[in-house]
Amino acid sequence: MSRTPASAKAASAKAASPSARKSAAQHQVALVATRKGAWVFHSDSKRKTWTASNPHFLGHTISHVVLDPRDGRTLLAAAKTGHLGPTIFRSTNLGKTWKEAKQPPAFAKPTNELPARSVDHTFWLTPGHASETGTWYAGTSPQGLFRSEDGGVSWTPLPSVNDSAQFRGWMGTVQDGTPDGPKLHSLIVDPRDARHLYFGMSGGGVHESRDAGQSWSTLIQGMEVVGGFDAKDVSFHDPHCVRLCPTNPDRLYQQNHCGIYRMDRTGDAAADVWQRIGRKMPKRVGDIGFPMVVHPQDADTAWVFPMDGTDVWPRTSPDGRPAAYVTHNAGKTWQRQDQGLPQSQAWWTVKRQAMTVDTQANPALYLGTTSGELWIGRDGGERWSNIARHLPEIYAVEVATVE
Amino acid sequence: MNVLVPGALRSYTGAGEVQAEGATLDQLFTDLDRRYPGLRFRVVDEQGLLRANMRLFVNGLGVRDLQHALQPDDFVAVVLALSGG
Repeated sequence: MSRTPASAKAASAKAASPSARKSAAQHQVALVATRKGAWVFHSDSKRKTWTASNPHFLGHTISHVVLDPRDGRTLLAAAKTGHLGPTIFRSTNLGKTWKEAKQPPAFAKPTNELPARSVDHTFWLTPGHASETGTWYAGTSPQGLFRSEDGGVSWTPLPSVNDSAQFRGWMGTVQDGTPDGPKLHSLIVDPRDARHLYFGMSGGGVHESRDAGQSWSTLIQGMEVVGGFDAKDVSFHDPHCVRLCPTNPDRLYQQNHCGIYRMDRTGDAAADVWQRIGRKMPKRVGDIGFPMVVHPQDADTAWVFPMDGTDVWPRTSPDGRPAAYVTHNAGKTWQRQDQGLPQSQAWWTVKRQAMTVDTQANPALYLGTTSGELWIGRDGGERWSNIARHLPEIYAVEVATVE
Repeated sequence: MNVLVPGALRSYTGAGEVQAEGATLDQLFTDLDRRYPGLRFRVVDEQGLLRANMRLFVNGLGVRDLQHALQPDDFVAVVLALSGG
């Protein structure tokens, strides 16, 4: 079945001079997933101007839209509506047309004593290893892990997670998760090894596999939990976002419910301990938030976007003054980046998938707010400016270079 | 039998009213999925349960049990319950 909700109307589609054609040839696209549809923003070659597509899937709840870096053309979109069950849409032409997955992520029928579950929505999409064309991973709510080996057309559950009594215990119930459902997120494939995988669960800790998802071990040493609870209990851990440094795959950064962390893998499980680098953040700002962003070339540089974590956990920009914080020394010190952002009365929330960075030599940051604003932070977040306002609640922002 | 299809599913059927067969509602949705691939999973989850915000009416009577028996001349309406906003 083929459906075309709307075709992208990119500025680059115009007939143009040779120089303009060159500038249109390689540019950035920002893939913006919202509670009411998806938008694709195309930049010029210098990332100065951005042109929005018409909405894709208007009215559908889109959790994540991701470009396949292995072909630069395939998009997957995780979708549901208020009425209809969850599915995956797939485009092989950068969103001009879409086809629905033939077999979207769905839990198996229970084969043990564990309660049956149904996927509410697919939350997170990650392309597989560069050597495994067509492989994708998906994380769902309630927490489940799925793999596709045909480019996202059909998906199979991973029983090592979905049907494990131990994992089910760590996942808890719907009441233990985030407000719109507990999530399996931060699916990471080690660029050196297609069989080495990571993911996080809110709640339920951080886990890794070295055999392509057949077996798993936990990675929670050093992570803190809410006061009064036992940090040794995996179910109390709530990683919000975990990222691996592309230029040093032995380094992970994490934004957690309880702070910002870095882990440098040692090869010795006993020595693999998360370090709470958020302790160096200003006390009045704290180290709570959702996104974690790592530099494409420099493993010592990473960004966060703090949220107020006091008393009832407002999860808005502290003091109504949004800012990114950057470290250039792996978390020893942090610098505030708010030039161009509102200086007062801006009570933003930025979700875990809604902040990212491009891969240019001088990378720019991108973020989307739940109030529907899309911003770019040029020069690594030093100069912020608005790209779009008045979008629906933004769930996710991904950026990619396309021809 | 005639099946009334809500707007949210017409991207699958292309029409607001279609023909399908089945001795039960469950079988009816299996037949609808054969004719319009992907439709069933949007309405019935992987454990065989009607999704939370969907409603079914057989000859005007609300039914949630997908094992409900059907007759060839029944009229089945698939309706969207309140959701969204």
